[in-house]
Parts: sequence; C-alpha cells; structure tokens
Amino acid sequence: MSNTQYEIRDTITGGLWKENPVFRLLLGMCPTLAVTAAVKPALTMGLCVVFVLVCSNIVVSLMRNLLKPHLRILMFTLTIATFVTIADLLLKAFQPEMSAKLGPYIPLIIVNCIIICRAESCASKNGLVISIVDGLAMGAGFTVALCILAAIREVLSTGTIMEINVMPQSFIPWAAMSMPVGAFITLGLVLGLINKISTKK
Amino acid sequence: MDTFTTLLMAFISIVIINNLVLTKFLGICPYLGVSGRVDMAFGMGLAVTFVVTISGTLTWLIDHLILIPLDLEITRYICFILVIAGAVQLVEMYIRKFFPALYDSFGIFLPLITTNCAILGLCLFINLWGIDNLPEAAVLSFGAGIGFTVAICVMAGIRENLNLADVPKCLRGAPITLITAGLLTLAFMGFAGMIK
Repeated sequence: MSNTQYEIRDTITGGLWKENPVFRLLLGMCPTLAVTAAVKPALTMGLCVVFVLVCSNIVVSLMRNLLKPHLRILMFTLTIATFVTIADLLLKAFQPEMSAKLGPYIPLIIVNCIIICRAESCASKNGLVISIVDGLAMGAGFTVALCILAAIREVLSTGTIMEINVMPQSFIPWAAMSMPVGAFITLGLVLGLINKISTKK
Repeated sequence: MDTFTTLLMAFISIVIINNLVLTKFLGICPYLGVSGRVDMAFGMGLAVTFVVTISGTLTWLIDHLILIPLDLEITRYICFILVIAGAVQLVEMYIRKFFPALYDSFGIFLPLITTNCAILGLCLFINLWGIDNLPEAAVLSFGAGIGFTVAICVMAGIRENLNLADVPKCLRGAPITLITAGLLTLAFMGFAGMIK
C-alpha cells in the first residue's frame, strides 16, 4: 500500500517540477507561446488541457491491454480528438467570448505533444489511479507554467493581472510584450532562470 | 488577372506577413528541434511543405464536399487529423522508397510531422478565415509550407553561427534559441502592413 502512495507522490512532484512539461520537457510550446498574452486565456487553456489529459489518460489506461502496438498512436490520437471536440463545444456553449479569443488554439490541443506523451509513457503502462493522478499533476504543471508566463507578460504589457491594475500610474506599458516577440523572449529568459536555479542546487 | 493577383497576395501574405511559425506560433517543436543544421532544416521544411499542401487541400475538399452538406461539422477535428496522419504515412513511404539517405537523416522527425501543429493549424485557419474557393485554399497551404521552410532555414543559419558565440551557460540550448526566435519575429514584423 505504501508503495502506491510513494508512486503517487513521485507522480505529483514529477508533474509540477521535476518533469514540468513546459519548463523541463519543452512540450506543448505552441499554446505556451500563443495564449500567454494575458492570464485569463492562459488559465482557460490550462484547464482545457487538464480536462483532456485526465479523460484521455483514463480511456487509454482502461484500454491498454487491448491495444495493438502499430495502431496505438492512431487510437491515442482519435481518443484525444474526441475529448478535444467535447472541450471545444463546452467552451463554445458556456464561454463564447473566450472561445472566440482562443480560436484555433483549442482544437490544436489535439496535436499538443504533452497529451500524447503522457498517454504513451504513463497511461498505457499504468493502472487507473496512477494515470488519473498523472493527468492531474501534469495538467497542473502545465497550467501553472502558463500562468507564470502570462502573469509576467500581462503585467509588463498592460500593467494588470487578471484585468486588475497592479502597477503605479506612472508605469508605461511595454506593448512589445503582448506581441510574438514578448512571448519568445519571456519564455527564453524564464527557461534560462530555471536552468540557473536548478544547476546551483 | 484579378484572381491571379488575389492568389499572389494570399501567397505573399502567408509566407511573410502571417508566417505561421513567427506570428501564429505553429510548428514550434520542429522549429526548435530540427533547426541545428541548415541541410536538415531544409529537408524538414520540404517534407512539411509537401504534407501541408496535400492535407490543406484535402481537408478543404472534405470539409466542403462531405462535412458541410451532411451536417457533420462536429466530426471536423477527427477527420482532419485522420487526413493528416494518412498524408504523413504517404510521404514517409515515398521518401523511404526513393530517397533512403534523406529518410535515414530524418529519423524520428518524419512521423512527428503528424503532431506538427503547423499542419492542423493551417487546416483550421483555412476553415476559420472562411476560404471558399479551392485555388486559394491550395495556394495558402503551399505558401504555409514555404513560410515554414523559410523560417526554419533562417533559424538554422543563425544557429550554425551561434555555436561559435560565447553564450552564458544557463542560456545555452533552448533558451537562446527562443530569444533568437524572438528577435527574428521582430524583424519579420517589419513586413506587417505591406498588404492591407
């Protein structure tokens, strides 16, 4: 019993820090760069990814014994595409504004490497509980990473976080931070900082 | 003549102004992963161009001839990803048969084109922009591939020189590549507004 608990704990710390999908594994770069101009869309994106990741991990874990090796990637992709369609329709129904803002980046979750990577390296080998925990931990790691980047960019480009003013009146917004340039450079510098912190230890 | 001008404008705009890699952040994984050497980058660019032209045109046809008349738009994403996976398989078989050397140097990257966001992204953008004629969809798909090739080759050229530069230790590898990409987007932003 304690063995499973250890495994679960390792999965959680792995998702949040040691194997953080964005900062450590460099997976899912497209949404990371595209939706982090502000915190709200980044959070929505993160939650969609958590939903898809957990659901697809559950399905893949349940059918792992039936999979033929050469067809498995195809099955993973179809499972993921189904859940992404569900997430996309839910978002369109309940958050039409946010859905319009995120545009094609929600359907692009299908080709987000994080999800297929977790299906391949975790859910297709482990039982249901570990797969669900892994989905939650990896999804949380992704969401946190997205929110950190989005917070930096939103503060510098508009002086707000979640549309609440946090900077003094005299602050001059850096318009470039909300443009593609800001996305690339912020992520580059944050990755550099993380490398620096982890090599010191 | 008029349609020709429209198509030419569409082509220039997707290659330079709305470059998928540099303004829409699509296909960043291969952009960071395969841009170490110019010849590899060029090969990858050609493979992507080929796949994106086929799948962009095919998905437009499927969307307009099958899904919309039959009211099956809900299955759009699943159909798109299947078409792309099929096209990648085709290209893989073709390259393995006729260019074995190129096939060996691609290694894992060829099957990974399936999960290249640039391709699915372009199919979705064609749908989103409401492109309603086949020639324009085909030109946009081809242009997107060329745009990807241009971006990845420029990047590979810079990175070959970057190997000689004295980069701070913590920025080596992915971080400096991302910062370089950022400066490159800044340069490409100069083209914005060229076509209204």
